[in-house]
Amino acid sequence: MAERRVTIGWPEGLHARPASVFVRAAAAVGVPVTIAKAGGAPVNAASMLGLLALGAEGGEEVVLSCDAPGADAALERLAKLVEQGLDELPVA
Amino acid sequence: MEKMLRGVGVSHGVAIGQVRHMGTAVLEPTANQVPAEEAGREQARAQQAVDAVAADLIARGNLAGGEAQAVLEAQALMAQDPELAADVARRIAVGSSAERAVYDAFAAYRALLASAGEYLAGRVADLDDVRNRIVARLMGVPMPGVPDSDEPYVLLARDLAPADTALLDPALVLGFVTEEGGPTSHSAILARAMGVPAVVALPGATELAEGTTVAVDGSSGEVLVEPSAERQEELRRVAAERKAALAASSGPGRTSDGHLVPLLANVGGPGDVTAAVAAGAEGVGLFRTEFLFLDDSAQAPSEDTQTAAYRQVLGAFPEGRVVVRVLDAGADKPLAFLSPADEPNPALGVRGLRTLLDHPEVLATQLRALARAAEGLPVHLEVMAPMVADRADARAFADACREAGLHAKFGAMVEIPSAALRARSILAEVEFLSLGTNDLAQYTFAADRQVGALARLQDPWQPALLDLVAAAAQAAREAGKGCGVCGEAASDPLLACVLTGLGVTSLSMGSASIPYVRGALARFTLDQCRRAAEAARAADSAEGARAAAQQVLSGE
Repeated sequence: MAERRVTIGWPEGLHARPASVFVRAAAAVGVPVTIAKAGGAPVNAASMLGLLALGAEGGEEVVLSCDAPGADAALERLAKLVEQGLDELPVA
Repeated sequence: MEKMLRGVGVSHGVAIGQVRHMGTAVLEPTANQVPAEEAGREQARAQQAVDAVAADLIARGNLAGGEAQAVLEAQALMAQDPELAADVARRIAVGSSAERAVYDAFAAYRALLASAGEYLAGRVADLDDVRNRIVARLMGVPMPGVPDSDEPYVLLARDLAPADTALLDPALVLGFVTEEGGPTSHSAILARAMGVPAVVALPGATELAEGTTVAVDGSSGEVLVEPSAERQEELRRVAAERKAALAASSGPGRTSDGHLVPLLANVGGPGDVTAAVAAGAEGVGLFRTEFLFLDDSAQAPSEDTQTAAYRQVLGAFPEGRVVVRVLDAGADKPLAFLSPADEPNPALGVRGLRTLLDHPEVLATQLRALARAAEGLPVHLEVMAPMVADRADARAFADACREAGLHAKFGAMVEIPSAALRARSILAEVEFLSLGTNDLAQYTFAADRQVGALARLQDPWQPALLDLVAAAAQAAREAGKGCGVCGEAASDPLLACVLTGLGVTSLSMGSASIPYVRGALARFTLDQCRRAAEAARAADSAEGARAAAQQVLSGE
């Protein structure tokens, strides 16, 4: 199981536009990724509803996990997106 | 194939366009068990509906841009949520229909979000909207609420409630057709306020398929289904000619022999003033003040807020007359802080002036605000109370006006038959009467305004109603005071002539009707109007009265 701990770079947290950006990115990496708050239950990172219910705020730490082949590369890209609060998934 | 339907025309003009249904269905699919062999088909239906709704939301977002686009895209992602899809699939696999599976799967998330704090509770409305879109598509029914359209349309509904219509975009509504309702229903009043044609009480209206092209003639009550291109062209030409002829008419309301009948506008707030001025209204005959109170059902607006809003309307008619109706709460316009919650029959309960006499501070604040709003303006301010039953009511209202230091004429609305029958005694306390024919018909015939099946009894041509109008007008004439009509009866050009003949001294109506009424009055003498009124009162039915008046006026 590969994991990345990242701090959310979007000031508004995983709501509104950043939530859409993140959900689309999680679906685009092609492997199933989960996201959790520290110590919390993980939810499907490609689920808008799961993400909204997670309610992660800007500056909060979240854990991205994946155990599929290619997990490291996928997590790397998602981690960068979240940490830097980008508008779209970075290439690598 | 062209087909003609006939209802009751309640707002003049011709509209041609595609119909859109006002969805009223409660979108809760039945929980019937679906046979196992159909599960595959249900899965496919669910997937198709989800994809179509998501695509539609994204397309709308692209059109809207900005903040709205972000919300619509988030909604598209909700529709296509993989966890939701998995839940839907599980439910279908155990015998749920596609629509029920979607409904139940959303319910689980709805509960989760609703309990998770203010921000997420706000997203619940977005979630419900997505669910409704998918479920409505699966059930083949329109979305609940106002039609979702970017193109102008003819609105089709069973009937319209004030809450529904608040959300309508006036730029998109070409006209209304409703299955229920009468000339005094909210649909009719709203159509006249918006100046769009409307036909009500049209049986089978809601069975017209979404997107059907219709031509609505709000004067004749005719609705043509799928009219040919030539027919549409002809209708447009006739409508344009009628409009041009009306636009050419102007000036004060008067009969052909010069008897003046001021034509005033009914307004529901400062927003209606522009249209009233454009239509050539000589003032306002009914300024409804409820709009100020509907924003916050917990308390009355402050005196300052009220003063500012009243001044906007009073200022628009320099030298003109503005008749303000004090707050008419209760019955179909309940306000939580004023109206008793548990009346068995609110229309016969504590409403109108009765409510205000129970809450004298609310009345006093409103009257003080009106006094301040009129300060320094050359307007002729008149203030009237709704639902006056007898002399004691009239006196209590006049006393309240004097106490508030209001320099205005005080009047009483005649909406209860007792007030019409004893108009003389009411006029001993106030300076004018104003007939609210909608409620007067409702109380005379014991026929609820909202019940379409009773439209026959709400018809303002009913001779019994004309008798009451005549009684009130005569009492006013003897007292040397005015007696206006501010109900919807005044907007019917033929009836306006009859009312004039009955002795009514001013007519107030939705602005859009003013040119039509002005045109009709100008064609006849006062004496002709009197004879038409006599003929109408001699009839035994509304249709008979209308036909008799028509015969008198067209035969001469």
